[in-house]
Amino acid sequence: MALQSLDIARRSATTTPAPGARQTTEVAKLIDVSTCIGCKACQVACMEWNDLRDEVGNCVGVYDNPADLTDKTWTVMRFAEVEQGGRLEWLIRKDGCMHCADPGCLKACPAPGAIIQYANGIVDFHQENCIGCGYCVTGCPFNIPRISKEDSKAYKCSLCSDRVAVGQAPACVKTCPTGAIMFGSKEQMKEHADKRIRDLKSRGFANAGLYDPQGVGGTHVMYVLHHVDKPQLYSDLPKDPAISPLVSLWKGMAKPLASLALGAVALGSLFHYVMKGPNEVSKESEREAEKEESQ
Amino acid sequence: MIRDPKDLQRYTPQERANHWVVGISFILLALSGLAFFHPAFYPLTYLFGGGTWARILHPYIGVFMAFFAVLMYLRFWRLNVMTKTDKEWLDRIGEMVDGNDHNMPEQGKYNGGQKAMFWALTVCVVLLTISGVLIWRAQFSPPIGLVRFGAVVHAVAGVVMIALIFVHVYAAIWTKGTIRAMWYGTVTRAWARQHHRAWYRETTGK
Ligand code: HEM
Ligand code: SF4
Repeated sequence: MALQSLDIARRSATTTPAPGARQTTEVAKLIDVSTCIGCKACQVACMEWNDLRDEVGNCVGVYDNPADLTDKTWTVMRFAEVEQGGRLEWLIRKDGCMHCADPGCLKACPAPGAIIQYANGIVDFHQENCIGCGYCVTGCPFNIPRISKEDSKAYKCSLCSDRVAVGQAPACVKTCPTGAIMFGSKEQMKEHADKRIRDLKSRGFANAGLYDPQGVGGTHVMYVLHHVDKPQLYSDLPKDPAISPLVSLWKGMAKPLASLALGAVALGSLFHYVMKGPNEVSKESEREAEKEESQ
Repeated sequence: MIRDPKDLQRYTPQERANHWVVGISFILLALSGLAFFHPAFYPLTYLFGGGTWARILHPYIGVFMAFFAVLMYLRFWRLNVMTKTDKEWLDRIGEMVDGNDHNMPEQGKYNGGQKAMFWALTVCVVLLTISGVLIWRAQFSPPIGLVRFGAVVHAVAGVVMIALIFVHVYAAIWTKGTIRAMWYGTVTRAWARQHHRAWYRETTGK
């Protein structure tokens, strides 16, 4: 691979190791929910940089617009009005791909090279290899990938892998007017999050914390939340996301073992034939049948 | 075409055609399904014009096969009801596999093993059809939990059915004089007398 920034760590439906001689720094995007004002500039920047123009939809009665992620809307602001400690809180979360260290989509994908995890942690869909089966949707613990109705390919946030590859921050980060979205090495982002969390705690948010769920090995998009103990408040951000046990069962060791078992049945038949011989009609049966016929 | 007027008719042309339609669809389903099952089999998608075509075609072939499998079920289920003799036959299946059929109880049109195969394949087709529809993203989007469950069921039932069909096909190859039943529809009297004595008596009156 020419660009070190695009070194591959994992590739869907590939059973041999990826090139791993070069060490690449892990990156992360940090979204500080407490300083987001819900202006949606990031949504616009995402559309602009990635040349995505979703159909103009309708207002569904809340600020969420578009109402959900689509193949052409890779990030969306979700607005939640919740009561906490007798006060109304307006919690605004920028939803999109979390770029899991252990991505359920990549694990589920049957097409070699349709989903790539770069060594820097970004999980990217390579649509030219995608067959449109939707297994990634089945595998994702965050309900992120969307299959296009037009070309049947899967799409989601790329963390602007093209920008990151040449040392730029993702478009949403670049545009955020309050600095609520930050980008850098995962280490730096965690340090920055620590500062923000200390500040929030000093302001009375005792449960402020970093959302970097370990059930999926940590993520390369992290949130600073005022209530990290209750992520569900933020438009159903999952509390302990993990790849579903059903998906692990479906995509685990059982498959190579089952494949071997199929081979064993086929070979077993061959050797049965060779060692026991065919089950022929005996001479005796032939004689008896002929005798009975002429009776 | 009559090969030998004394041969016994085992299958009508309609029954044979139905069986081949299901058999050919099954082979196409197994090849395309295995391609998604494990990366080792992914090259099988080239038989269908690439991964995307395999993904598009598989479920349609599945629905097509399911339809003809139901027809076949309706033709044959009555003949596959298990009896006490069949259970006895199954108890002694080890001897049969060992190549010694002298002590096997007399069999009607189908032996216990064939009947067990019939019911196991029936269950597989039902499971594959239901779970296949659940995971058919291009057409449906059921709740995610059901899709995940369907994916597991489909993969398990798919492998089990492929293994069963290996056994089914091998049994036909192993037992000489059987495959022609699916080509011409007839078998020799000696074949019937040896393998399905009760059916032989019934059809010939001997
Ligand atoms: C009505 C019947 C069937 C339907 C609707 C159906 C549908 C599907 C669908 C939607 C997929 C996902 C890939 C894709 O989108 O094309 C799939 C995968 C698969 N199918 Fe079927 N199918 C049917 C019957 C069968 C049969 C009879 C077999 C037996 C060989 C089979 C074996 C498989 C296998 C092994 C997979 C891969 C599963 C995995 O990824 O773990 N299918 N099927
Ligand atoms: S839809 Fe595409 S990316 Fe998603 S699992 Fe299928 S082949 Fe992979």
